[in-house]
Amino acid sequence: MGNKLTRIGRRLLQAVPSVFGIIVISFVLTRALPGDPAVYFAGIMADEESIAQVRRALGLDRGWFEQFGIYVMNLAQGDMGMSLSTGRPVLEELLSRLPASLELTLIGLSFAVLTAVPLGILAATRPGSWVDHLCRVLVTAGVSLPTFFTGLFLIYIFYYLLGWAPSPLGRLDFLYIPPPHVTGFYTLDSLIAGDFETFRASVVQLILPTVTLGLFAMAPIARMTRASMLNALGSDYVRTARANGLSRHVVLITYALRNAVLPVLTTLGMVFSFLLGSNVLVEKVFSWPGIGSFALEALVASDYAAVQGFVLSMAMLFVVVNLAIDVLHTIIDPRVGMDD
Amino acid sequence: MNRRNFLKKTATISAGAAILPFLKYMPAQAAANSDTLVVVIGNGINSLDLHRKGTNRPSYQVTVNLYDRLVRFGVKTLPDGSMSYDSTKIEPEIAESWTISEDGKALTFNIRKDAKFWDGTPVTARDVKWSLDRAVSLGGFPSVQMKAGSMTKPEQFVVVDDMTFRIDLPKPSKLTLPDLAVPIPFIINSKAAMAHATKDDPWATEYLHTTPAGSGPYKLERWDSGQQFIYVRNDDWTMGELPAIKRVIVREVPSASTRRALTERGDADFYMDVSPKDAKEFKAEGKVNVFGAPLENSMHTLGLNVKIKPFDDVRVRKAIAYAMPYQDILDGAAYGRGVPMFGGKETEPSTITWPQPFPYDTNLNKARALLAEAGLKDGFETTLTLNLGLADWQEPAALLIQESLGKIGIKVTLDKIPGASWRTAALVEKRLAMYLENFGGWLNYPDYYFFWNYKEGHLFNSMNYRNEEIEKLVDDTLFMDVNDPMYPVNVKRMLAIAMDEVPRIPLYQPYLDAAMQKNVTGYVTWFHRQLDVTTMKKS
Repeated sequence: MGNKLTRIGRRLLQAVPSVFGIIVISFVLTRALPGDPAVYFAGIMADEESIAQVRRALGLDRGWFEQFGIYVMNLAQGDMGMSLSTGRPVLEELLSRLPASLELTLIGLSFAVLTAVPLGILAATRPGSWVDHLCRVLVTAGVSLPTFFTGLFLIYIFYYLLGWAPSPLGRLDFLYIPPPHVTGFYTLDSLIAGDFETFRASVVQLILPTVTLGLFAMAPIARMTRASMLNALGSDYVRTARANGLSRHVVLITYALRNAVLPVLTTLGMVFSFLLGSNVLVEKVFSWPGIGSFALEALVASDYAAVQGFVLSMAMLFVVVNLAIDVLHTIIDPRVGMDD
Repeated sequence: MNRRNFLKKTATISAGAAILPFLKYMPAQAAANSDTLVVVIGNGINSLDLHRKGTNRPSYQVTVNLYDRLVRFGVKTLPDGSMSYDSTKIEPEIAESWTISEDGKALTFNIRKDAKFWDGTPVTARDVKWSLDRAVSLGGFPSVQMKAGSMTKPEQFVVVDDMTFRIDLPKPSKLTLPDLAVPIPFIINSKAAMAHATKDDPWATEYLHTTPAGSGPYKLERWDSGQQFIYVRNDDWTMGELPAIKRVIVREVPSASTRRALTERGDADFYMDVSPKDAKEFKAEGKVNVFGAPLENSMHTLGLNVKIKPFDDVRVRKAIAYAMPYQDILDGAAYGRGVPMFGGKETEPSTITWPQPFPYDTNLNKARALLAEAGLKDGFETTLTLNLGLADWQEPAALLIQESLGKIGIKVTLDKIPGASWRTAALVEKRLAMYLENFGGWLNYPDYYFFWNYKEGHLFNSMNYRNEEIEKLVDDTLFMDVNDPMYPVNVKRMLAIAMDEVPRIPLYQPYLDAAMQKNVTGYVTWFHRQLDVTTMKKS
């Protein structure tokens, strides 16, 4: 156990240089963006004098090194600066928007895993059958349909034509007031508050965006499950297990799946990080107040502090997710288990 | 199950909830009620304080609905039934009356005795002074707009007594009074604000950024950044007819398709700033009403940078003006929601109507002849830049222009850049050769438009245009009273020069459309392009 802890500790330390690198790169990259934030934020009718005033107020008249120094100092105190495009501190903005994105992404990913993994296993055990073909069709569709199209299509069918889905108005219909903030996940917070009406409302709001995101995330997971399951099923140890007369269930789950799940897990980490950043289109279509749409608006407006904050928090999340995946690996991987 | 059914079902459940110590959700009848208006907008607000740096355009509506000004513009009904603000009619708001001194250099306002802030304290001349001082002191856009009305320094604002306020001007200007009716000089409760001012922040920008302190017809109930904000009516408001709508829920819905679906399904009552394409299709379907008036003092234009060859040659500019596919742009980019600004009959205007059609129409032979005259028979290559933030009209317009100019040998490359970069390149660096833009003047005078767009060095003169006569005409006319006999003479001359030299080619005058349910009326198109809720009604 101590061995594992040191391993985790070492992994954490490894993240420090990459985080610092990310701070530098995000700082330099945002300044390389075209467009002058001072001009943008001075407003439509501003003249040169007022643009200069704004530039001074934003500290953009100083040199890059000085700006970077101030930025790092503030960061060390937990101050990520003010987002100019939303007029609120970046930290506050991220704290309120990240849970929205995380909630959607996690539920979307769970939906994808719950459908894609069984589908992949079934497809692998019956290659060439209708299940395999269904898997192929879903995977192809998931990869080739852009999420905004799937989202709009689902809205059109289930909201506009059938009227089954609630209005695509973000996390809660305007009749409801967000539950008291505990985790930032509306579903959890409303349960904590014992408010089942709001819980129900937040769950129905989640259905369409979850399916949209899930369909997109399903493809790589199902493909990877199918491929690695096929690989495992064709391996020597599965043949040995079969020859020893173990039941089909034990062969499939204990021997094949446990080995096949490792590459799936790695894929999952990738898909998660990827989804979190790329669900901006889903957020737009469903008016989801998430981090993706925030970052996009900040980019367009050259809102330095916001962009830096976004990149930084994404990087941190990436580090955490990868770390979690690594830890899970050591737990699941039978070879690691034998080492201990 | 649609929401209305759902509401009916849950109404009984929530009736019980109303007795609970605090409500977890709003009364379910809210949406169906005739005194609640549900509005969807594309871009959210980012501040409740218009004077603050970085406050975006959608936030102007907060100021419009939450605060009063000394005076306001009237409203007029257009022949087609839509309503627009009336720039010629200035009505009292906080000021019950005002007088202008003999020499025109002092405006004295009498403040209404019944004008009260939300906290019940009376509005005094000191509040007015503090608010106007703030507008000229904080810099940025507010100060620029105040300057247009010749208000630049706090010393110009004088508290005569509690209920009398005076503005001193360096010289008389017709722009001062209308400039007091734009969103900028809103009256703040100075006592409430100053209680939160600090040494570093004497104008309480941090406080007013999140906490409005006004006297207007609406108060703010809540603001969930990035999601929604809610207005509730100020029942004590007496500065005008009490608004019909009690509560307004403004919800941010970034995707235009989603906004449209919500409106068509009847879940949103009002959809502000509908794209011309959607406006046309809403009208064709007839399920919801579309209202909107042409934006005054505003045109969508093609700018030509006269510092970049060959646009320095007036014949080339005229050739391009004759090669514009005007009707196609009106049909394909504005979807018919525009007033034609081409095919004018006069090269020397007989009226001062503004904007008015320029004497150009699509005539490729004339365009070719003019190009040949300029020694460019075989055409040339150039770049047309468009602003991605305004892609819904600029992209189709740019494609049509590209095609049409191709026919007279001008090879056009399209360059799309995001709003922030566009602004830097076009307005500040003024380095774009050919570009699409959409200036709209808040003060409705042609000379005001010329001041911003045709005077050398001014922000919107991104054509780098300079004409000695225009320079002098604008200087002479900008402060001149419209009843001065020289006013129409000067304006007509300006228009004639702009028509003859065409550094910017008008395409059309845009509409500002909104879609609303059939039971919603009272929408007024404002120069500030925001929703003023006070006139809205729902039956």
